[in-house]
Amino acid sequence: MSILVDNSTRVIVQGIGGTGKFHTDKAIAYGTQVVAAVHPTRGGEAEHFEGKTDSSGLPDAPQNYSVRVPIFPTVKEAVAKTEANASVIYVPAPFAADAILESADAGVELIVAITEGIPIMDMVKVKRYLEGKSTRLIGPNCPGVITPHQCKIGIMPGYIHQGGRIGVVSRSGTLTYEAVYQLTQNGLGQTTAVGIGGDPVNGTDFVDVLELFEQDPDTDGVILIGEIGGTAEEEAASWIEKNMTKPVAAFIAGATAPPGKRMGHAGAIISGGQGTATDKISALRHAGVVVAPTPTDMGEAMLEALRVAGR
Amino acid sequence: MKIHEYQAKELMKKYGIPVPEGRVVHSVESAVEAVGPLIESTGNRVVVLKSQIHAGGRGKGRFKEHPDLGGVSVVLNGLEGGIPAVERRVRQLAEMMLGSTLVTVQTGAQGKIVNKLYLEQGIDIDRELYLSVVLDRAQGRNIVMASTEGGTEIEEVAARNPEKILRATIDPAIGMAHFQAHALAYNLGLKEMAYKNAKRFMLSLAAAAERLDTDLVEINPLVVTKEGEVLALDGKMSFDNNALYRHKDIQAMRDMTEEDPAEIEASEYGLSFIKLEGSIGCLVNGAGLAMSTMDIIKHVGGEPANFLDVGGGATAENVTAAFKIITQDPNVKGIFINIFGGIMRCDTIASGVVAAVREVGLEVPLVVRLEGTNVELGKQIIEDSGLNVINAGNMKDGARKIVELSA
Repeated sequence: MSILVDNSTRVIVQGIGGTGKFHTDKAIAYGTQVVAAVHPTRGGEAEHFEGKTDSSGLPDAPQNYSVRVPIFPTVKEAVAKTEANASVIYVPAPFAADAILESADAGVELIVAITEGIPIMDMVKVKRYLEGKSTRLIGPNCPGVITPHQCKIGIMPGYIHQGGRIGVVSRSGTLTYEAVYQLTQNGLGQTTAVGIGGDPVNGTDFVDVLELFEQDPDTDGVILIGEIGGTAEEEAASWIEKNMTKPVAAFIAGATAPPGKRMGHAGAIISGGQGTATDKISALRHAGVVVAPTPTDMGEAMLEALRVAGR
Repeated sequence: MKIHEYQAKELMKKYGIPVPEGRVVHSVESAVEAVGPLIESTGNRVVVLKSQIHAGGRGKGRFKEHPDLGGVSVVLNGLEGGIPAVERRVRQLAEMMLGSTLVTVQTGAQGKIVNKLYLEQGIDIDRELYLSVVLDRAQGRNIVMASTEGGTEIEEVAARNPEKILRATIDPAIGMAHFQAHALAYNLGLKEMAYKNAKRFMLSLAAAAERLDTDLVEINPLVVTKEGEVLALDGKMSFDNNALYRHKDIQAMRDMTEEDPAEIEASEYGLSFIKLEGSIGCLVNGAGLAMSTMDIIKHVGGEPANFLDVGGGATAENVTAAFKIITQDPNVKGIFINIFGGIMRCDTIASGVVAAVREVGLEVPLVVRLEGTNVELGKQIIEDSGLNVINAGNMKDGARKIVELSA
């Protein structure tokens, strides 16, 4: 088991140019089922991907892969023809919100938006549009979602992952890699790693993902990686306190960030005294979460949380 | 992106939001020349001279060169002496203010140099209110905040009298609804003309915020006159950088003199850079990792000199540029490069670092921690270069080493 994606996930790529093409190739090499691409003027064409299989991906896969990905003019047609149930968005920021809307309108269950730099007001409207729909949006401005050895959607390096029993949820890309790498090194491994993204308005928040990990029988514990800005970590802490039976470890980035400055991510800003690392860390500790003092200690913090829980 | 008060008021005017009449001036002469036309046009012999800098708290701020002078001055001389008296006083004030350094609660101790002044008509104030439109991240929507406590920092009101802050959440599919504007205006205790004008003001402001992709619009104070007029006495606006591509007119309002030159240079190379006060320069990939690199330096007893995220798709050229920007800072006593290569390959980073060191030289200790894609190749490149670079096993090890070496 895992959450969000597994070896039955069928993926559409929106934005198959430069970056999108590069990562689609990596995803296919990992064993992800990429079944279609969508492009407004290239419908009827196809992209070919071939090369050496990523040995850290799907087990028992042949050494080489050669895959033809058909291109459709609309997401609706791609879904109808390929029974895709997920999409990944690499579309440039000015057009990315529309790409999300198109996928949601076509009934795609899971949309993973990698694109960085989408205007906030676009995301406010997207979030409103998604209300009441069954579509789940991950991101934007995120590394994506991976279930080791089954499905990789996004830009994370596949080989650092190892199947296991810890769920990872994070607002930061490279810190997710740090956590995943440590979990691979200490043998705990990952069920699924989810990047929820560094933007102030996103589709899925910590609580949504914690809820999924709580329900997943194969996840024994969760690492949550937050950062300054907003109150998502505080909301996660209060949810954990009330609902979470599994141990949680955490790390919060930005303890030394000056107020009023945007620290790389659009959402990483302390404004009006709100969103400090100190507040987040104390809320998480209060909820019984083991907070790692530095990113180097994330794996150790997870082991500690498991020990405390007697697992 | 931030803009000046006078620019915010220009934009508001375009959206039908009432603001006092005023003119921006860049020199003492143009300040004096603006007095007559402004008074003739408004019929009000009281004028206000306001420093234009990208920081709040100007009224209570003081000039370094003139400790008794605030950043905003009300000129009353015209009541007795007419226009010539106003001109004399404006000349005196402008001579002191222009080119001087204003220190406010938001500028930090170093203050900001005042290069522009805004000459504005005086307003006969009956009530001072507060109004803003800001993103509520928890809801993922803009909200309108209003308060009777105008002229006070909203954070202070939130801490002392949270019940005095009124809120309305804007549904992006509808925009601010009339009933919401009614409720706010009514609950602010406004009546008759003032009530009507406030309602119209709020609806226009909420619409402008959406159309202009603002990050924040804050009117503090929003003033009500005895005649029931409602005006933005101050106006602060900042914009969502991600949306600037669709607002060429706002891009043109960017004032580079208000920004740190190193931060501007970094942004030209697609680097996210923020200057800090410490002595350890940091070069990192990814915003979260870059922030926590600063944190870990502090954790082991050092102080970071900067935040620097080279981004996911950085080239060797970007890395070289980043390295140069860091070494330009005379406070830097050591450099810590911390990379977890995902998409970005460690060999790319290593090549960039080696090229940069060859070009600009290396006068301070350099610790490099590489992990991830092509890590062995990256380490090899650094080793083969023969440069005096110290390798670190992990982030904490690297932070310890650089803090020790630069002590």
